[in-house]
Amino acid sequence: MTNDVWITGIGLTSSLGEGRDAHWQALNAGTGPVLDRQCISPYAFHPMAELDLSLQIPKRGDQRQMEPWQRYGVYTAGLALDDANVKDDPDLLSRMDMIVAAGGGERDIAVDNQIMSELLKSNDRAKLLIERLSNELRPTLFLAQLPNLVAGNISIVHGVTGSSRTFMGEEAAGHDAVRTAHARVAAGQSRICLVGGAFNAAREDMLLLFEMVSGNWLGEADSVWARDTGNGGVRLGSMGAFLVLEAADHARARGARPVARLEAVVADRGPREAGSVGRSLSALWSRIGGGIEADTLGVVSGATGIAGQTAEELGFLETLSGAPIRAAGTHLGHGLEAQFPASLAIAALCISHGKVFPAADASVETNERVDVERALVTSVGHWRGEGLALVARAET
Amino acid sequence: MKDAAGRPVIAVTGAGIVTSLGEGKQDNWSGLTAGRSGIHAITRFPTEGLRTTIGGTIDFVDVEPFCCASFTTEIASRAATEAVGQSAIRPVGDFPGPLFVAMPPIEIEWPLRERLLAMAGKDDEADYSDLLEVASKAQSIDYENSLYGSVAERLASTFGTKGSPISLTTACASGATAIQLGVEAIRRGETDAALAVAADGSMYPETMIRFSLLSALSTQNDEPEKAARPFSKNRDGFVMAEGAAALVLESYEHAKARGADILGVIRGCGEKADSFHRTRSNPDGKAIIGALQAALDDAGCAPDEIDYINAHGTGTPENDKMENFALGEVLGERARTVPISSNKSMIGHTLTAAGAIEAVASLLTLEHQRIPPTINYDVPDPAIELDVVPFTARDAEVSTVLSNSFGFGGQNACLVFSGEPA
Repeated sequence: MTNDVWITGIGLTSSLGEGRDAHWQALNAGTGPVLDRQCISPYAFHPMAELDLSLQIPKRGDQRQMEPWQRYGVYTAGLALDDANVKDDPDLLSRMDMIVAAGGGERDIAVDNQIMSELLKSNDRAKLLIERLSNELRPTLFLAQLPNLVAGNISIVHGVTGSSRTFMGEEAAGHDAVRTAHARVAAGQSRICLVGGAFNAAREDMLLLFEMVSGNWLGEADSVWARDTGNGGVRLGSMGAFLVLEAADHARARGARPVARLEAVVADRGPREAGSVGRSLSALWSRIGGGIEADTLGVVSGATGIAGQTAEELGFLETLSGAPIRAAGTHLGHGLEAQFPASLAIAALCISHGKVFPAADASVETNERVDVERALVTSVGHWRGEGLALVARAET
Repeated sequence: MKDAAGRPVIAVTGAGIVTSLGEGKQDNWSGLTAGRSGIHAITRFPTEGLRTTIGGTIDFVDVEPFCCASFTTEIASRAATEAVGQSAIRPVGDFPGPLFVAMPPIEIEWPLRERLLAMAGKDDEADYSDLLEVASKAQSIDYENSLYGSVAERLASTFGTKGSPISLTTACASGATAIQLGVEAIRRGETDAALAVAADGSMYPETMIRFSLLSALSTQNDEPEKAARPFSKNRDGFVMAEGAAALVLESYEHAKARGADILGVIRGCGEKADSFHRTRSNPDGKAIIGALQAALDDAGCAPDEIDYINAHGTGTPENDKMENFALGEVLGERARTVPISSNKSMIGHTLTAAGAIEAVASLLTLEHQRIPPTINYDVPDPAIELDVVPFTARDAEVSTVLSNSFGFGGQNACLVFSGEPA
């Protein structure tokens, strides 16, 4: 059995705002990225737009049990459920499957900083660490750090309880979450599935991770294609991105309209060496790109801006016969587990509008093709993992 | 061979296990059936000031420098080596299918933070900006050990699994979910074989403190081997433990065609999420009942076909009460007579690995027709009317086993195993 898989709901939050329309308008306005350069100077990041959390997480008690990344996830999942028009159908929600791509939650930076200073002065560090952590950690912080508690909170707040799985592994978690959700719906193992992820960029501990490989972009260029000094690098971006994937017949039966059709999702991994990213993307494309007319194809890239891999990806994209290329990361920043779902959401917007949004970097993003029927979404993990997806116009 | 729903039957052709009882099926099975506890005072790191100072650490495995990612990878790799070796599906390093890895959260841990602090050369005050300043001098291994993807990536390289490896968590149900994902991939026809691995090496002071702050851990530090007391009236929490298990899953047809030994079949998997609370089950038991029922339905299995239940049985007041209640709802009268036991009474709670470790124990129960006991059942909880197989192993005819896994965050998964079809 192979079902058509429709995207019947999109939730998207980022520095550009919330929802489909706000993002489409912002991407078309060409006003450039929204950056916070002060909060963790000298690092710039894309901060989350102001959200009225109570719109999607009505109970203050629920909000208090979460850290920002979880709130972004639960809020954005709610937007997707609203968009799919399923929010008020508890029976459907109780049958709905869910796969969340998640990393770990925020640390309590103030507590870490305080303990670090005390450790420097201590002559029994192990004992001090246990004592301070026991006294300073909030009991509920643990729950706000657990990856599976984004999904757990979505179940609690929105009632999605058919199944609940959380995938981890940075960008690859996003590839595999969408790939698995798509495969299950296509095969009839699931009828409707919520899939996505969320990321909070305002985190010094995440900057620290990227700093260990000199992977933070401190230069001026906004475009991920133009970060050509040193290693290039990422500008982290707060974002939430959730999709409702649904078997076409299931959607038709409840009168739901598709935003787009998710045609294919593929992913792979392997050790990185010169040329490996380009080869991996080409091999993945050969599995899904057969027979696709290049003159109606657009590309939404999830490129990180890390120099070598981004150049290799561009090399691959340039083999696609002039398909217009757009980079989600230039506008939204990099959101690890959430990057692929967010890029997919943007690709679905392009399909629903039948065109790509204006170029942000004239050296790469040149072609203004008007009738885009199919969008290729790319993702290259900053360390490992390559993923591709094809989003197409849905035949209703 | 297809099941009643027309799907490929899923065979298990290799299994591996590492716990505090030992490395390999032989040591673990002899420990589990002898009623031996692997729980002991923790010596790997200083425990002064911790509320709980005992656990099921695997002290015969060491990695340097110790961190969750590298230890988890090491024990996962040992379990997978045993499983892949037993299956003889291909030489180790060329596994012909995808990898599913249940694993704990990965984070930058205190020892790395302290190494960065030392590099920063500060002597009184420090904060993250000091760490950021020197971070680029960190070793690449420290960076990789801070990535969630590093465990699965290394395992994929070692075992030569195909495609993008999936790292997953459903908290304490993770091991069962890894198996379920493998079953689903084979049922979809994407692959003839899958490697399901679950490992947890997340015992270090901060994680123990986190669980202590939720009042989840037993504090019976004086008699470690008696601290894990599933289904007992005086149970006071679970005992954290390290562990790993791996299963080679294969379509029955593929396994038979190559003449493989079949350890058992996975008849069905079921799951259901709770929407009640972050750490507690809804008192109505609906989600646990739903997972149990979904597993039986998926297996096409009537309640009275179940001959043995490998319990989630953590030994927390809440879990055991809810497990008892839900089994009563789903199995009816049979819940009082079907034998059930908790491996966690001996090996502790291996968290994300538990579901897979208990799957291996379930398969060994089918193989040996012998049920491992629940130890430390000195003071039965009168509210729990289950046959918990106290203290000593029991020989029994076992054709079908139900294995339960229930997680924090409301994620529940159950599996049904049977012997090789006649």
